[in-house]
Amino acid sequence: MTGHYLVLSAILFTIGGVGVLIRRNAIVIFMCVELMLNATNLAFVSFSRMHGTLDGQIIAFFVMVVAAAEVVVGLAIIMAIFRSRKSSSVDDANLLKY
Amino acid sequence: MSGVVAAGAHQTGESVIFWVLAVASVAAALGMILVRKVVYSALLLAVVMLSLAVFYAVNEAPFLAFVQVIVYTGAVLMLFLFVVMVVGVSSTESMVETIRGQRVAAAVAGIAFVALLILGFGHATLPATTGLKDANAAGGNVLGLARLIFTKYVFAFEVTSALLITAALGAMVLAHRERITPKPTQRQLSEARIRSDRVSPLPPPGTYARHNAVDMPALLPDGTVSELSVSPVIARRRGGTHEDLHGELPEVAAKHEATTLRAVVERQVEVDSKVEEKEK
Repeated sequence: MTGHYLVLSAILFTIGGVGVLIRRNAIVIFMCVELMLNATNLAFVSFSRMHGTLDGQIIAFFVMVVAAAEVVVGLAIIMAIFRSRKSSSVDDANLLKY
Repeated sequence: MSGVVAAGAHQTGESVIFWVLAVASVAAALGMILVRKVVYSALLLAVVMLSLAVFYAVNEAPFLAFVQVIVYTGAVLMLFLFVVMVVGVSSTESMVETIRGQRVAAAVAGIAFVALLILGFGHATLPATTGLKDANAAGGNVLGLARLIFTKYVFAFEVTSALLITAALGAMVLAHRERITPKPTQRQLSEARIRSDRVSPLPPPGTYARHNAVDMPALLPDGTVSELSVSPVIARRRGGTHEDLHGELPEVAAKHEATTLRAVVERQVEVDSKVEEKEK
């Protein structure tokens, strides 16, 4: 059954990656990153069960903690950019482009 | 909880759960990256996260399943929805491609990446699943995790606390806005009001026989629409037509209402005068 979970994890990870590539709303891109993190967590948890140790679950737990911290800071940045530029599209924040 | 964990032991029960939720979560994930509205994306992401929580429970990780529901679906997604509420106005993005062919290229790259990963998994020989019966035996899953966190991973755990404090401070600094001008006092506000063109309060939105939504403009005595009666925020956000106005703009609907009312009143006056004539 582990193989099934790994394939599902790979599919969800790729959907998240494709979402980052095709969407231009910063909030949706952020959600896609969250989806990628969740997909890796699923792989960690199923590996933990396969090996019969709890270390994989611990790593998934730490990934969740770091993701929560990342969401807080990332959304604050999106809000700050929205306040100054009145847009949450990633195409509009291009001051460092040239 | 023990019932959920025990489901992992039955292979058939687990495969039913897997196939139902795998299809649901992949469909929800695809929908998340394809729908235009951000709120729908957030709700579809909630579906993915809840099905992942069930997967964790089936994989003998009850603690992570609950953390997934509480932290991700509860806290992180609410934060997302909160930001969507604040940013809201431009939350629907245009689907015009900035770089031509980017979407097709991304889809091809995604399919190739999935094929690569699945081929890799197919060639790997995975050992037989040991199961977490032994690891969870002494005091259960939560105790086993706690034992590991506070012994082997205690340094990582302490670093996590530093990370959380930094994140909280960073969010406060980023979201904080300095007041550049002093706050106007009540006296200044009332003086400014007297000096302005309009001393009275703004007119309320129109209330008609069939519609009384806040975006229905009021009519002035001469039959024109009063711009002041609708809040500029609502007026700006109102993209097109009202759903219950049968494809009409609120202004047009308001005028129709007024015409109907006028016709009814005129007919009533006519009827009244006829009745008066008969009485004579």
